[in-house]
Amino acid sequence: MTTTTIGDVPFEGGASGNHQGAVRSCDTTGLPVCLGAQRFIKLHAVVAVVWLLIGGTAAILIALTRWPAVHLLPADWYYRLLTLHGLDMLIFMILNFEIAILYFAGTTLLNCRLASTKAAWLAFALMLIGGIMVNIAVLNGSSDVLLTSYVPLKASPWFYLGIILLAVGALVAVINFLATLYIAKRDHTYEGSVPLVVFGATAAAIIAVVTLLHGAVVMIPTWLWSMGVVEYIDPAWYRITWWALGHMSQQINVCAMVSVWYLLGTLTVGAQPVSQLVCRGAFVLYILFINVASAHHILVDPAVGASWKIWNTGYAMYLAVLASMIHGLTVPASIEVAQRKKGFNRGLFGWLVAAPWSNPGFSGFFLSLIIFGFGGGITGVVLGTQQINIMAHNTLRIPGHFHVTVVGGTALAFMAVTYYVVPLIFQREFYLKTWCRIQPWLFGGGITLMSIGMSFAGSYGVPRRHWDMEFTGAMFSTGFDSGAHLMLGLMGVGAIIAVTGLLVFVLLVVAAVFFGRSNAGRAMTPWHEERQVAEKFRTEDTAGDDEHSMPGTLVLALFFLACFVVYYFANWMWLADVWHVR
Amino acid sequence: MSIHQPPADWFKAPDSTERLWVGLALIWCLVMFIAMPYWYFYGKQNSVGEGYLVEPMEFSQRVSKFVETNKVGELKGIPIVEAAPGGDVYLQAMMWSWFPVIQMRKDQTYRLHISSLDLQHGFSIQPLNMNFQILPGYDHVLTITPTSAGEFSIVCNEFCGIGHHLMTGRILVVE
Ligand SMILES: [Cu+2]
Repeated sequence: MTTTTIGDVPFEGGASGNHQGAVRSCDTTGLPVCLGAQRFIKLHAVVAVVWLLIGGTAAILIALTRWPAVHLLPADWYYRLLTLHGLDMLIFMILNFEIAILYFAGTTLLNCRLASTKAAWLAFALMLIGGIMVNIAVLNGSSDVLLTSYVPLKASPWFYLGIILLAVGALVAVINFLATLYIAKRDHTYEGSVPLVVFGATAAAIIAVVTLLHGAVVMIPTWLWSMGVVEYIDPAWYRITWWALGHMSQQINVCAMVSVWYLLGTLTVGAQPVSQLVCRGAFVLYILFINVASAHHILVDPAVGASWKIWNTGYAMYLAVLASMIHGLTVPASIEVAQRKKGFNRGLFGWLVAAPWSNPGFSGFFLSLIIFGFGGGITGVVLGTQQINIMAHNTLRIPGHFHVTVVGGTALAFMAVTYYVVPLIFQREFYLKTWCRIQPWLFGGGITLMSIGMSFAGSYGVPRRHWDMEFTGAMFSTGFDSGAHLMLGLMGVGAIIAVTGLLVFVLLVVAAVFFGRSNAGRAMTPWHEERQVAEKFRTEDTAGDDEHSMPGTLVLALFFLACFVVYYFANWMWLADVWHVR
Repeated sequence: MSIHQPPADWFKAPDSTERLWVGLALIWCLVMFIAMPYWYFYGKQNSVGEGYLVEPMEFSQRVSKFVETNKVGELKGIPIVEAAPGGDVYLQAMMWSWFPVIQMRKDQTYRLHISSLDLQHGFSIQPLNMNFQILPGYDHVLTITPTSAGEFSIVCNEFCGIGHHLMTGRILVVE
């Protein structure tokens, strides 16, 4: 039987790249790999895994502290490691991974060289130095300010400087990517329009430029303030501007993740986008309408009026939501169409059951899609509804939401693509393939359990970023329903499973990258072999020849919409029961 | 393929399933968009963000004056304060206390002024689970009507230093 799909789709682009010799042809896909870019893809990926390991270690310690039955850390170390966890995961790990994706998309997929090696070194060095600086500033106890560092909480100047260096480094890398696009166009290394994955990566890059500039606007004055040069930073101004950095950067993650979904759809089942126009249009909606998403975080703030809040969440946000809902259909649709073409035509979901589930690149990608959509998407829109936010602001519902978007969604998608990055870019084979196949389920399943626990605990009112929800020693004794304790236990169990999945991932990657068997000169070992079982989903009829047959995906999408509508209106009903307020 | 150049004719209208889904998604987005202004005019729970600049010292004086004139008792050494229905009520947040204890009448409306003397804090009424952001330098005014009687906790849900979990307060609502 056929094995992996990628060998079947040789590169069709012009062979006329501009690499001046520094290029190799991928032994599996036939794609041209620019050796200059390959070095930086490797460097950023390795650094990303290091941050992932540090952030993951912090994660398990803080989760075991929030589980009241365990309550592991003392208060100061809880807040310190919470600060570290947020920064290493949400900023250093994820940005390094995204830079690697940009370099890959700009060079390999366009058959182009990297615009500037010097700029790539500069970007890498700044991002690394910034990361180390921030980690030291946090761990030495001088910067217990959490990820958001809301003024007038004050960190050490090194903390802000580290973030500024990171932002400048990332900006240099993004500009290097955009310059690579320009060179590819100028040198005609490709004809016509760029591939969809490059288009998505470009959307991410454009949003990144706007985001990182906001980062400079908020972080430079705050850095000066921490050294006593600037006297006062207005806390309301800080929150709005910081979240222009903080929330918009999540849209970089979404764009990068969706691009990786399309990439993995192609690598794992040979999928192609059903309608390029729809997919690309959705990316354009992200660029145009996500820029005011910072409003989500100040929905119950003073000094910002209701009309401003409603306009910025309602108008702009929902067009970005529309974009995500579109990808939510087109990504699985492309899988369904590809699978039906191969003959897996039985019933509504035969194509899905017969999908290459033993390929961690596929299972990680599809789990990421489901977790992001059903978990992160629905909760995100509901929590970001202006009035409903009254019941959610600063409760555990918020981290419950973003752990299924940025972890169960983005980080899991990045892990899934790593099962191709290591054999194709590092040219190393994984050991312990069975563990590779289990890993996405451990990580995705654990994160899902953890987020369910957090979300429901938050519905009982349990605050986020809080060391002791039993308020031991407080003037007025306070506590939460026993249901909240149960949910925090669920959160703890989920966190243990998820961090186990994370550690397994790190071990597998380190073993493969440093000690793995080289596969240079031959195709990678395929992840998936068609089983007999899958054969019973093959049918003889030719319905699958229709380019646009996607009934299973439509049913999934309608089910998703039904869940969305129910959860949305249930929240309005709960809101109607609380005190009246204006 | 997503990683290859699209066919030259990629710029064409989507087929029926995609059109159906984009249409449904757009309608749903419009419903959600209309829901917020609808609730602003007809709903009873809104965060309108009424806020005024105020110096922390100035706000602290307003709180003291309010407590002096409206004190009706004490709870654990902290004054219980009740204003006339419709009147102004002041609540001060600082590391790590909410001051004073506020008493209100059920179904009466009050203008609740909250500000911080130091860091940002989170005003969170439990177990109701209503949450608002409190900033130093800003008087956040909530026009609030308790619709249930009993004893409610105020907890802080914005990180404000090592003693963050000690920051609790009380609201008493009487019939
Ligand atoms: Cu506080």
